[in-house]
Order: sequence, then structure tokens, then C-alpha cells
Amino acid sequence: MPARQMSEQSLIGAFETPPQDAARAFRAALEALARPGTLHGIKGGQAPAPVSEAAASLLLTLCDPETPLCLMGAHDTREIRDWIAFQIGAPIVGPAKAMFALGTWDALQPVTVFPIGTAEYPDRSTTLIVEMEALSQDGAQLTGPGIETTASLSLPALEPFQMNAMLFPLGLDFYFTSGTQIAGLPRSTTVEAN
Amino acid sequence: MYVAVKGGERAIDNAHAWLAEERRGDVTVAELTVPQIREQLALAVNRVMTEGSLYDPDLAALAIKQSRGDLIEAIFLIRAYRTTLPRIGHSHPVETDKMACDRRVSATFKDVPGGQVLGPTFDYTHRLLDFKLMAEGEVPEAVEAEPRIEPTPHVTSFLNKEGLIQTEAEGEDTPPDLTREPLELPANRALRLQALTRGDEGFILSMAYSTQRGYGNSHAFVGELRIGKVAVEIDIPELGFAIEVGEVELTECETVNKFAGSKVEPPQFTRGYGLTFGQTERKAISMALVDRSLRSKELGVEVSNSPAHDEEFVLYHCDNIQATGFLEHIKLPHYVDFQSEMELVRKMRAEIASASAKEAAE
Amino acid sequence: MSDYNFAYLDEQTKRMIRRAILKGIAVPGYQVPFASREMPMPYGWGTGGVQVSAACLMPEDTLKVIDQGADDTTNAVSIRKFFEKTAEIAVTEKTREATVIQTRHRIPEEPLKEGQILVYQVPIPEPLRFLEPRETETRKMHALEEYGLMHVKLYEDIAKHGHIATSYAYPVKVEGHYVMDPSPIPKFDNPKMEMAAIQLFGAGREQRIYAVPPYTKVVSLDFEDHPFDPSKANHPCDLCGAEHTYLDEVIIDDDGGRMFVCSDTDYCAERQAMGHRGRLSPEAAE
Ligand SMILES: [Zn+2]
Repeated sequence: MPARQMSEQSLIGAFETPPQDAARAFRAALEALARPGTLHGIKGGQAPAPVSEAAASLLLTLCDPETPLCLMGAHDTREIRDWIAFQIGAPIVGPAKAMFALGTWDALQPVTVFPIGTAEYPDRSTTLIVEMEALSQDGAQLTGPGIETTASLSLPALEPFQMNAMLFPLGLDFYFTSGTQIAGLPRSTTVEAN
Repeated sequence: MYVAVKGGERAIDNAHAWLAEERRGDVTVAELTVPQIREQLALAVNRVMTEGSLYDPDLAALAIKQSRGDLIEAIFLIRAYRTTLPRIGHSHPVETDKMACDRRVSATFKDVPGGQVLGPTFDYTHRLLDFKLMAEGEVPEAVEAEPRIEPTPHVTSFLNKEGLIQTEAEGEDTPPDLTREPLELPANRALRLQALTRGDEGFILSMAYSTQRGYGNSHAFVGELRIGKVAVEIDIPELGFAIEVGEVELTECETVNKFAGSKVEPPQFTRGYGLTFGQTERKAISMALVDRSLRSKELGVEVSNSPAHDEEFVLYHCDNIQATGFLEHIKLPHYVDFQSEMELVRKMRAEIASASAKEAAE
Repeated sequence: MSDYNFAYLDEQTKRMIRRAILKGIAVPGYQVPFASREMPMPYGWGTGGVQVSAACLMPEDTLKVIDQGADDTTNAVSIRKFFEKTAEIAVTEKTREATVIQTRHRIPEEPLKEGQILVYQVPIPEPLRFLEPRETETRKMHALEEYGLMHVKLYEDIAKHGHIATSYAYPVKVEGHYVMDPSPIPKFDNPKMEMAAIQLFGAGREQRIYAVPPYTKVVSLDFEDHPFDPSKANHPCDLCGAEHTYLDEVIIDDDGGRMFVCSDTDYCAERQAMGHRGRLSPEAAE
């Protein structure tokens, strides 16, 4: 197979100091998932558009050749595939084999095609990275682990997250990314209309 | 008055300094060099490489020196170093058919193509202390034969021509790797073999021995034991073909077990397999017996309650680094747990005492 | 060769551990399998906790390490030194100042806050292990929420001894689902597990990571007629006079004379600095 020229964009956008930047990005991701409804800054990764800096940083922090990744909709471009091949090395797969998936909420539909884990291994499920226009602490009301009383988050829908929570301990986990902000929604969170 | 025990850090530093001094021993005696260990304690080096999962005789020798000859400690040093190494590539499976054998014996045939080669073995030495070794001396030169150029076929392949021995299924392309993924049960054979190669020689030996004594009834013959060097080849993507990057010395053992047959299989022989670094034949033979024992379920033979038939028991307890760490951790302070147990025992004793006092009063 | 990566582990290993931690957060109390690496310290000596801490630490962190509640026990000193060397982070003995606290067998007395992470070293992560030695079986039991065996064991205790004879590593139920081993902390510490900080549990040899997010329901198993009792020895601390702390019993002379002191050394020292005194405080004895 003749080697194809990789776009120049794929060669840039890694963390400047990977161990330190990835550690900070992980802590943002950890706090976000451990405290649903809170927003955290995450930065340092730059992938081709339309990938947000937050999503690029999250991919650099969590993905590698051991994590099959599913790209959906406008996030499945040659430029982005090249960037992932060069910076991360994650195999690009369809939803059924994905450990991580990246796209807008609409592009990720129907989310029911992603693995939700098994009774013995509920961890074998997909983490969805949902790119958002904006994130804010209003909208759906959240309760559950990580939340002292209640919290609110601008979720892109209601029912799919309610259905997901019903599957506990199986289910999908979500990150919402916008600009340099990240929020998390684990399967353990109960979602209600506000 | 009471002063809490302080100075953990100083105690540790002092202990390390003392350890270094003890390691060196009497300074009027010449210091042991790493090449001396590599050359003259080669069997210890081989064991450390096998259970440490790293083929590097110099580093294994260094680990033995550093550990004062405690081989489990040396294996630990090698393992801890090994995890920090990047993976540059994956080799092709080594072809033991092409091994340049220093030793090759079969217990199942009097003679085989390629011949029986005793090689450098203790087997027929009389175990008498050789006091000449107390003094340094010249070693008489051993006679040399012409090396065999053509490949030495495996003894089991002769049985296979007649269909007398079970043909092994082709493995998956990429075998699982215990050092990169958590152990998941039931394990496949490749994973078991990796665990057994890394497993403690003493543990695997005893497990194998137990199968011979009736705990898991399986009578094994050494179909073949061979020791020698094989080439290691790695694909170079830029070149588009594989190149030899070096060679490793291996011990390979194939045992042959009788198998009375099942509903789907005719009576035939089945195999156990052992593969280890360097000359480590006790380990390789033991491994082959335990491998065959753990295959009982897939072969459809009766599985007893014997430990050597129990995959979970063997795989979870064969690793001496895990075992020694957990065993020795009971040296660490446990006074919080102990305190809570003491309080519970006192409480229970007090309850019994008051109950019997009440009884006596009544 | 002496030039190790930040926080010792290579980045790929850290990513693997980080993914396991996040799954643990998403499924509180579930033991996530992870490919534990060989660390330069023995299994059973905190390799799980060390790997979890290494995957969490960032350069701005301040680390506290305790063993049996104390900062100056040899294994705590050794682990703290390891991270000082490999991650060049700040260390402290003050619970309040730490962002990451690695612990063996205790939860600090001072309530933890949001933004803090408590990392437990875990020897046997499986709460059902001593009732059922097979991993293949216990995994099924968790999948089916089949915890009858545990209740039977606890009830047998009550029948035989009048109360539950487990004083440490007392099993808890997390968020109404998984039964979890809280690591060998005294049961006195169990109620503290509903806290504001993130709790992460690392079992290196057993290759498991699990987690309890902040404000998660953590209920010690008990029975209606035999409620859980976190009580401890009925003594005040002989150095700071505290009556609400977990105590070490120290033998002070050949006649078996003893004293009780806070196991949380930082907490005790702080109370003494604030002027609290106990029965055997230096001034009290003069
Ligand atoms: Zn005190």
C-alpha cells in the first residue's frame, strides 16, 4: 500500500509536556465524572476541527492503541483520523466495538448500539464524548453518587439518560465537552426534568 | 514520658547502609563480579531470567549479586526493571525445530533421528562433594563433536505421522499477555503457559510431583527434552521482512500422556508443554506436567479435586513475587487491626464473665 | 536509567489505570480488573495504592502518606519518599493541606473536603473471598447481587457470640448495590466513608481498582435487631485527651502498663498544639 501523505495538522496538537498535562487533564476528567453537574477546565490538546480542545485533551489522556475508538458524524474526517493515528494510535472501529466514541449528540444516535458491559464485567462499556455548543449548570436535575443534594447540567436530552441509568450497574458513561470545558455523567446518576 | 516512635526515615537509611555492608561481606575476600556470576552460576541466572520474564544474562547476574543470592529477590528486581521497558516490537514465534541443540533426550524412543545428546547434565554425576572445587584449578577440556547442521525434528512429530498423538490447534495470532492484561478466568492455554513459565520453580515442581503421586492421575513420559539456542526474528515494517535480532537459549519439554479417548476422540497420546529460558530443565519438565494436568477439562478427561487440576488454584498461587510480597507484608505494622481485634476479644470475654457471674449469683 | 517518567509509571500504564479509576467511579463499589504492573516495592506493601496515586498525581499536588494513621511509620515514609523522588511533588503531614492522601488501614480523623482524594491500599479487595475462595464464583455472586452467604456468616457470628465478630475490614454496601471491602480499616472508620472527597482503592497483587465517589451511600452491613456498632475502646487519648478518636494501645513498661494514644498522629499533634492535654501529657506528668 503506498504511503499516503499525512496532513501537517496531524503532526501537531499533542500535549506540550505530556506527563504533567495529561495528569492535569485526568484530574479534570476524574472530578467531572465523580461530581456530576460540575464543570472543569481541561486543555492542552489540539485536534483538527470540529474537535474541541476539551475533547482532544480527553482523547490524549485516556486513549491509546489499546482503546478502540468510534468517530461519528462530522468528527469522522480524514484529518481527524490522521491526527488520531499519529497522536494516539487508537484503532478506529464501529459502535459495537467502541471503548470510546466521539461526536455530537445527534451524530451519536442511537446510543443504544454501544456496549453497556456485562453483568460480570459492567466496566466493558463505552464512554461517550459528546461535543456540545456550550455547557452550563442548568437544565436536567441530577441526583446520585457524587452529588451532595442535587445538581443541574445542560444535557442534550432527558429520556436516553434516564433509560441508561435504569441499566445500572450496566450502562454508558458520558463526557460533555465544549471549548476547554468538560462535564461528566456516569451511569449511576439519576436524571429528572427540572 | 512517652515519646512517639519517630525517625522512620533515618532507620530506613541506616538499614540500607548495613545491608550494603553485609552484601559485600568480608572485604579481605575478593568481590564477586557480574561476569563471574553470569558464567559460573549460570543455572541461577537462567532461573532468574525465566521467572523474571527477561532474557538478559548480565542483568540477571547483577540482580543475583544485588540480592545476595536470594533468587526470588533477584527475580523481583528483574520484574520491576522489566515493566519500565518500552515495547519496540514483537518477535515471530521461535522455531524450536531449528534449535541448535546442546542437549536432547527422549524417554519414549531408544533412538530418534538427530540422536540422543546428553549434553552438560548433572543426570549421571554421582552426588559427591568435589573438594577439588575448593581450590581453583584448570578444567579438563571436553571433547567436541561436529555440530549438526540440519534441523532436529521434534520426537512428537514422529508420533503425529501415525496419528497417535493429538494435533495441537493453531493458536490465535496474538497470544494474551499476563503482564499487560489482568488475569481472567477461565484462561486459555497460551495464557496458562505464560503464567507457568513465570511461575515459581518450587511451586510448579511440587504441583507436577503431586500429579505423579495420584493427585490428578496422569502418567507422563518425557517425549523430548531439548536445550539450545534459537534465533529471534522481528519484522521490520520499513524493510518489509523479518530480520534476526539475536538468539536465546531455551529449554523445551514435550511430555506424552496416554489418553483413553472420549466420545469424540479415539484413544491417543496427548501432550504437555514446557518452555523456559536457558538450561532450566527441572522447571520445563514440571511445567509440561502441570500444563497437561490443567488441560483435563478441554481434553474431556475426568477432572478431580486435585490442586493440579484446578486452574484457578494454580494460576493464582504460582507467582512467587506476588506470593512473597503478600506473605511478607504481615511484617508491616497491623496494630490498628490488632487493636480492634483486642477490643472485640475483651468485650466478648467481659460478656462471658458477667454472664457467668450472674449465673453464679442466681 | 535513573531518569524515570513523572510519577514513575510510563504514560501508557497511567492511561490504563486512569481508565480503570473512571470505570470505578462510574460503578461505585465494583472491582474493576486492571493490569497491575510490577512496582519497585513488594506486592502487599501498597503497590495498588501506589499505582493509583501515581496515575492521579499532578505537579501541583501535595501528598500525605499514612500507615496505621501515622505519617512516620516506615512504609509510609518509604512511599512518600518514592513520590518525592519520582514526581517531585510537595509532601505534608497535615491532612488539611494534602490534596492526595494515600493510606493503609485508617481514615484520617479530620473530615476530608471536596478536591481531596483518599487512596486506600487494599490487600484483598474481594469481601466474599473468605467465604468463597474462587474468583469465578465471587464474580457471579456480585453479578447476581447474591450476598446471602455474607449475611449468613454475620448472622452466625451473632448466634455464636452475641454480636458480629468482625472488627476491621467490615463489609459495606455501596449505593444499595455492590458489597465492598473497605480495606482493613477499623469498623470505627466505616461511617466516615460517606465523605466529600473521592475515595479510590487499589489492590495491586489482586489487580483490582474500585472507587466511592463523594457523597455516596456507604452502609455497613447489619441486621435490624443487631445494628452496626462502630464503637471503639472507651478511653480518652492519653496525650491530647480526645474522646472521639481511634486509639493505639501502647505498652509502656514491663508490668504491662499501657497507654492509649490517637492513631492519627497529625490529628493528635494538632490538638496538643492547641493546648489539649491528656492523662500522660508531658506537662500533666510533671
Ligand atoms: Zn490524641
